[in-house]
Amino acid sequence: MEESRAAAVQELRARFAAGTTRPAEWRAKQLRGVLRMATEMEAEICDALHADVGKPKTEAHVHEVDISGQVVVLVCLEESQEMDETQEVLSLDPVIGAIAAGNAVVLKPSEVAPATSSLLAELLPRYIDSTCIKVVEGGVSETTAPLELKWDKIFYTGNSKVGRIVMASAAKHLTPVVLELGGKCPVVVDSNVNLHVTAKRIAAGKWGCNNGQACIAPDFIITTESFAPKLLEALKKVLEKFYGKDPLLSEDLSRVVTPNHFNRLLDLMDDEMVSDKIVFGGQRDEQKLKIAPTIFLDVPLDSAMMKEEIFGPLLPIITVDKIHESLGLINSMTKPLAAYLFTRDSKLQKQFESTISAGGMLLNDTSVHLTNPHLPFGGVGESGTGSYHGRFTFDAFSHGKAVLHRGFGGEAKARYPPYSSAKLKILKGVLAGKLGAHIQAILGFPRGK
Amino acid sequence: MGTMAASVEEISAAAPQALELHALQHLGELRSTFESGRTRPLAWRQDQLRGLLRLLAEKEEEAFRALHDDLGKHRAEAYRDEVWAPLVAFPADAQVVPEPLGVVLIFSCWNFPLGLSLEPLIGAIAAGNAVVLKPSELAPATAKFLEDNIGDYMDATAVKVVQGGPAVGEQLMEHRWDKVLFTGCPRVARMVMAAASKHLTPVALELGGKCPCIFDSASVGTGRNLQTSVNRVIFAKWSSCAGQACVAIDYILVEERFAPTLIKMLKSTLKRLMADSDQMARIVNARHFQRLSGLLKDPAVAASVLYGGKLDAKNLCIEPTILLNPPLDSAIMTEEIFGPLLPIITVKKIEDSIAFVRARPKPLAVYAFTNSAPLKRRIVEETSSGSVTFNDAVVQYGIDTLPFGGVGQSGFGQYHGKYSFEMFSHKKAVLKRGFLVEAMLRYPPWDEQKIAMMRHLYRYNYIRFIFTFLGLSRT
Repeated sequence: MEESRAAAVQELRARFAAGTTRPAEWRAKQLRGVLRMATEMEAEICDALHADVGKPKTEAHVHEVDISGQVVVLVCLEESQEMDETQEVLSLDPVIGAIAAGNAVVLKPSEVAPATSSLLAELLPRYIDSTCIKVVEGGVSETTAPLELKWDKIFYTGNSKVGRIVMASAAKHLTPVVLELGGKCPVVVDSNVNLHVTAKRIAAGKWGCNNGQACIAPDFIITTESFAPKLLEALKKVLEKFYGKDPLLSEDLSRVVTPNHFNRLLDLMDDEMVSDKIVFGGQRDEQKLKIAPTIFLDVPLDSAMMKEEIFGPLLPIITVDKIHESLGLINSMTKPLAAYLFTRDSKLQKQFESTISAGGMLLNDTSVHLTNPHLPFGGVGESGTGSYHGRFTFDAFSHGKAVLHRGFGGEAKARYPPYSSAKLKILKGVLAGKLGAHIQAILGFPRGK
Repeated sequence: MGTMAASVEEISAAAPQALELHALQHLGELRSTFESGRTRPLAWRQDQLRGLLRLLAEKEEEAFRALHDDLGKHRAEAYRDEVWAPLVAFPADAQVVPEPLGVVLIFSCWNFPLGLSLEPLIGAIAAGNAVVLKPSELAPATAKFLEDNIGDYMDATAVKVVQGGPAVGEQLMEHRWDKVLFTGCPRVARMVMAAASKHLTPVALELGGKCPCIFDSASVGTGRNLQTSVNRVIFAKWSSCAGQACVAIDYILVEERFAPTLIKMLKSTLKRLMADSDQMARIVNARHFQRLSGLLKDPAVAASVLYGGKLDAKNLCIEPTILLNPPLDSAIMTEEIFGPLLPIITVKKIEDSIAFVRARPKPLAVYAFTNSAPLKRRIVEETSSGSVTFNDAVVQYGIDTLPFGGVGQSGFGQYHGKYSFEMFSHKKAVLKRGFLVEAMLRYPPWDEQKIAMMRHLYRYNYIRFIFTFLGLSRT
């Protein structure tokens, strides 16, 4: 197994060295192949996503097959072609950028979504040049083994614990990394908002995307004590509208990905520090690995739920006396991938923008910023390093090589030893941009040595 | 980190390594300073940068003295490489929209101890960060100069200089930083990045490599251009801290038949330009002197010395030395030389240079003296390096519109000019929406009709979208 993997990487290196991945035509062909795959195999992809996480077809379309926005891959080719409307599958967005930049690629999909992983392994070779783009499947050991090899870049999406391991392995070979991690994405809700729209957008961002299992899903809400009851009522109404009276029966709600994560979430929910703070939901179905949208009010800040990234359908609401206290609270935690603010108060908006550090921020909505291909998507601090999407993916997988062309004219004797104070004087003048010094330099001053 | 401790020997001071706890205790202070928002206002940043300018103007003599103590560096070299270069790094305009990362750590190197400290410092401050600067202990006079003076010209609650050797570096890396910039060798870079990974601290590594110089004699000719090229080679090898520079020419590749002419010209020009030993920096310390002398001890290498080779251990001076075709597997051809020894490797055809360079780790710079457009194109497209410069060398360092940094073994991360600002910033994406435009398509419960409408929208098929919306289209 080890040897075949090492051999596969050798092949990739050879193909890259041979220049296979460089021509514009080859890259365009691969990207068209990906596009065709996403179109022709849409049904199979949705089935795999449903098998893996119970993902509703709409989410599968919007978030993974069709795009929740347009991903425009600008490829700087000799003929300056523009590749537009490249549809993305979540795993494939970085792959697309890597190919567009002319690299050979190994893709290691998560083993936690085995159906999708094996589907990619099966389909990709049918649509793209598998001598240059390979899919490697497997679990933890299969992930660690490739990390021992030397790569020119490693792109990792996942949690910060494994992010550290990836970076430490990369350090052995001085490999640069992009780490797309997560964090506790806060949502600050002011009282001067359009409540219904706010509730819908929060609900869509939280439960309408893998049932909270997304790096940019709102993790918790901060609002004023006085406004909390109104917000809660609005959320309850919206949730019933979205998922009906018994959410566990709704086909529009994803399940929890594995029994491990299911148990992790149950532990968070049933923790005695928070279990009496449930104000909505709490239903769970162990057979189907489903947990209903569940809201908590005023959980202690030192509870497990407020210390770890939730990554699930549990939503704590933290209350403060005055809304601007939310800023200090957010800054006391590690930097998240996204921070959200719902308000009409422009002063609060400005404060939020200038004092909160996060990968990205969104005002009066959740999640959709990642669909804008002109915005870099990535974290900062604990939420990661590096960014991608659109043009930024291409940049992430490229080296911007500086090329300087000089002619033989414009020789300045003052540059060369033997040094003298006369030369230094001219040099200083040149470096300070003084015209007289330039003229002297070009005329070959100082005379003599 | 046992290997880091081993190099404590290279610190020639007899006194035991004193752990610099002073600034570690003040790490908390830096955090508070940053969090108080002090480093954010444009006025503060401009103030700091003006302070730096004043420092360089008022303390120029002291700086030159320190550089001379540390490296025997001539004032002209010092001025050009350490005072001017950082000044060129001043960005033209600082943008307020990207945000500072926070508290950053800069490790600088001993060969341009002032320049490599100040350039990144300028970028970090311009980006609104608080900074710890750890200059190399191998250039102690300059390190002391920085420690003594920075606080007088800049805000000492936001900029700190920490002195010390590897043990201090290790201690610093036990903490979380918002960014670390390391300039130095790959061995230490690995340790820095491994330590950084524990805190997910992003790093930028400015390393080196064997920067080749492809000398296309056929297209350069034998006239004035040849002399100009030779002048520039000498400048890039021996006038850059005696070859102890990440961007110095490491070795030359030239066609067999032209080697004698090139060598002759190098020798005569060297005699003219570098007659006095004080025209060239000395070797930084005894350890590096041993290392370089060791490269010449290999009998096959010693036999290939054509010019120079004189070693003065007392003064740590090695004269400009030229070698012809030392064995390719000798240390001098497998390790970065970082000294005044110039191997000349001959090839049958100049185009063979490209395969030669490709077979080796990616260097920080590739140089070529040539007038041949096809050769230039092949070099740019078929080799990979931090940068490529044609018909000159080292000067790319001073052009602030060009990003400076390596790739592969020569490192990652780029700076100079506006790139310095970006290196120490986080480009925060900010999107603003209103409440007015609501797309009910976004929300569950979902059905085939909604999916169809979304599909039509994404494909700009507005007619079909409307039909579907009105229920006139079968889904």
